[in-house]
Amino acid sequence: MDTISHDILVVGGGGAGLRAAIAVSETNPGLSVGIVSKVYPMRSHTVVAEGGAAAVVKPEDSLEAHAYDTISGGDWLCDQDAVEAFVTEAPEEMIRLEHWGCPWSRQPDGHIAVRPFGGMKLERTWYAADKTGFHLLHTLYQTSLKYEGVRNYDEWFVTRLLVDEGRCRGLVAIELASGKPYAMVAGAVIMCTGGAGKVYPFTTNANIKTGDGMALAYRAGVPLKDMEFVQFHPTGLPFTGILITEAARAEGGWLLNKEGYRYLQDYDLGVPNPAPVKRSMELGPRDRLSQAFVKEMERGRTIETPHGHVVHLDIRHLGAKVIDTKLPFVRELCLKYENLDPVKELIPVRPVVHYMMGGVHTDMHGSTPLPGLYAAGEVACVNINGANRLGSNSLTELLVFGARAGRAAAEFVAPGAGSANGAVLAQALDEERRLKAALLDREGSRERVSGLRNEMQAAIDEGAGIYRTAEGLESAISTIQELQERYGDVALDDRSRTFNTELMASLELANLLDVAEAVLHSALSRTESRGAHQRTDHPEREDERLLSHSLAFWTEDDVPRIEYHPVTITRWPPGKRVYGEQAS
Amino acid sequence: MTEPVTFQIQRYRPEVEDEPTWESFGVPCRSEWMILDALNHIKDHVDGSLSYRWACRMGVCGSCGMLVNGEPVLTCATYVTSVLPGPVRVEPLRGFPVMRDLVSDISDFVRKLESVKPWIVRKSEKSLEEGEYLQTPREMGEYEQYSMCINCMLCYSACPIYELEPDFLGPAVIALAQRYNLDSRDEGSEERMDILSRQDGIWCCTFVGECSAVCPKNVDPAGAIQRLKVTSTVHAFKSLLMPWAGR
Repeated sequence: MDTISHDILVVGGGGAGLRAAIAVSETNPGLSVGIVSKVYPMRSHTVVAEGGAAAVVKPEDSLEAHAYDTISGGDWLCDQDAVEAFVTEAPEEMIRLEHWGCPWSRQPDGHIAVRPFGGMKLERTWYAADKTGFHLLHTLYQTSLKYEGVRNYDEWFVTRLLVDEGRCRGLVAIELASGKPYAMVAGAVIMCTGGAGKVYPFTTNANIKTGDGMALAYRAGVPLKDMEFVQFHPTGLPFTGILITEAARAEGGWLLNKEGYRYLQDYDLGVPNPAPVKRSMELGPRDRLSQAFVKEMERGRTIETPHGHVVHLDIRHLGAKVIDTKLPFVRELCLKYENLDPVKELIPVRPVVHYMMGGVHTDMHGSTPLPGLYAAGEVACVNINGANRLGSNSLTELLVFGARAGRAAAEFVAPGAGSANGAVLAQALDEERRLKAALLDREGSRERVSGLRNEMQAAIDEGAGIYRTAEGLESAISTIQELQERYGDVALDDRSRTFNTELMASLELANLLDVAEAVLHSALSRTESRGAHQRTDHPEREDERLLSHSLAFWTEDDVPRIEYHPVTITRWPPGKRVYGEQAS
Repeated sequence: MTEPVTFQIQRYRPEVEDEPTWESFGVPCRSEWMILDALNHIKDHVDGSLSYRWACRMGVCGSCGMLVNGEPVLTCATYVTSVLPGPVRVEPLRGFPVMRDLVSDISDFVRKLESVKPWIVRKSEKSLEEGEYLQTPREMGEYEQYSMCINCMLCYSACPIYELEPDFLGPAVIALAQRYNLDSRDEGSEERMDILSRQDGIWCCTFVGECSAVCPKNVDPAGAIQRLKVTSTVHAFKSLLMPWAGR
């Protein structure tokens, strides 16, 4: 088995991974960094982010206001010291990206323009029209190419972390082009693989969002934190799950039920005003809007379609000029994927799985409990998002914490630290044998990857949707356990070594099953309702018992051990989340 | 759709065959399906070994470009109904080595991308404390179109020159270089011009314009190349006539 050494390995070439790699090089240009990504970096899921990235810039705004919006939006489950660091470092990260060439939208005088966003009290969302993630990712990727210490391993898939004497020493990755596994050793590994939306059947997430980094860390003994908090975005296109950005509502879009009525006024989200009012109505937080959709459906006031119930997003009154300048991608997506023109027609939308608030347990420097392993971006849970992330905080998060993790890892490793020892190489050889025996050489198996994946997605959708009960969660847990067993009998049609996408899909499925297990058990264990986790059998938030983070630890028998970890409160004691006119 | 649609798909398994072959599949398609949905149906239900790339399924990650009935398209953004009655022929993008089935090797493109310095070049950097570089919407409009490239490779696949002259930098890379050249924050156009004016740069292009015709994001690489040719000529004449002029 061939071995490759770097001082630091970054897993994932999306926004967080690229930002981390650049931070390593800027901290110590002598360090060698390898970015190991299962897709070319510009294919990473950061590319689809639309609306923008939050950072305080206006004189009437303040870091305290951004922190308060984030903490109340997160239903007080955020670690406030981490949120304070986040809002403080956000503006400089935005400026840095501007210096690197990001085409942020501008005011007529050439200064940066900002727009309002859901749950935010003031305009602080920087945007590049409605292709913010695309521009951010391409800017970071292109900028990363100028750092000589950074080397890309594109289309390499990581299958295992190598851990020896309580330290992360590297990983095993398959080069897809050749099918060859390599032992990659390093002084530190930074996990930046993004989310796991593909656990669910209906998601905005790309096909590649299979929770790889979460599962790798989990199996290496690192707990997954707050996994029960899954964000349903209120406005996805039916059938495709393509996201219609919150910016459509921030610019003044309305949500209408089948009677053409702005139904959010019935759900404690304020009173309708023709122009957008911040922290009110359509600019309420995502969890509350998705919950209102379910209630509205139960009242029989949504519209039935072949692809499920929908409501309408109406942006016609904004006019072609505003739509083409500020929301061109919304128009492009509607024309292409729904055959409708939002300048003249209503857009059908429904809640769609969008984001994992939970993830690999890290501190505010991106360090995990396993020395030498760091994580940043959606794969990680710092936690600044609490029980519900605010729109436009995630792009900022991957910059701020990608940079922090990169700096922390660079300070942790000594140059030349990535050298292999016998125990580490033995583990890598074990992994090579497992891949061959368990998947490529197995005969007489019966299960198809797609069949198991569909059953998993149906089960978690049923058990851990917008509203949950103990009964529904237990039923989903027993299905996932059964699927974990049947996974042992998975069959591959593809026995080739060259670019074997079916082998990769089967490894991704194993990751998804582990993530599903962590989500369901964490959700069953949290007997309260908070943010995106709503238990109809425990409808109240219970701070005395559960103002704490859940930690799911991997065990041999597919039943994680759940522990709790205190939330850090600095300046904002838990309060009531108020939206609508009471908020102002 | 009541009748299954016939898909003729190019297969290539380098370990078992020397040349690509064709295989037919009848796929029960739905009217809202894209070509990619039909490929996924085959992979999930018929033959798990069919190999291709895809990720976002919303036309922005650039992974799923293929030839459909001979035309380079994004398969996640091309309706099955738009290519009926079939048979629908699906092949890997033209102009690149094929690795496996519908997967082409694009590493050449990535090397060329790096070669044109696609980042902001400054003689001196502004500090973060000094804030952003001012750039009016008009100044941004100068390069905005060229910043929209998703690196989907359709323009390379459509370019007759790239097929014959593999050293040609190609449409997307030149458009990206122009994106930075035209950015008011950048001071690197001289350095880039040296690379772009080489034999394998802009002068390879005979202005066929196919690249702009197939671009799913209206980047217009052909326009970028023509503009650069003018700039390069002026630049060459200036240094010929006024060798003392500072570059």
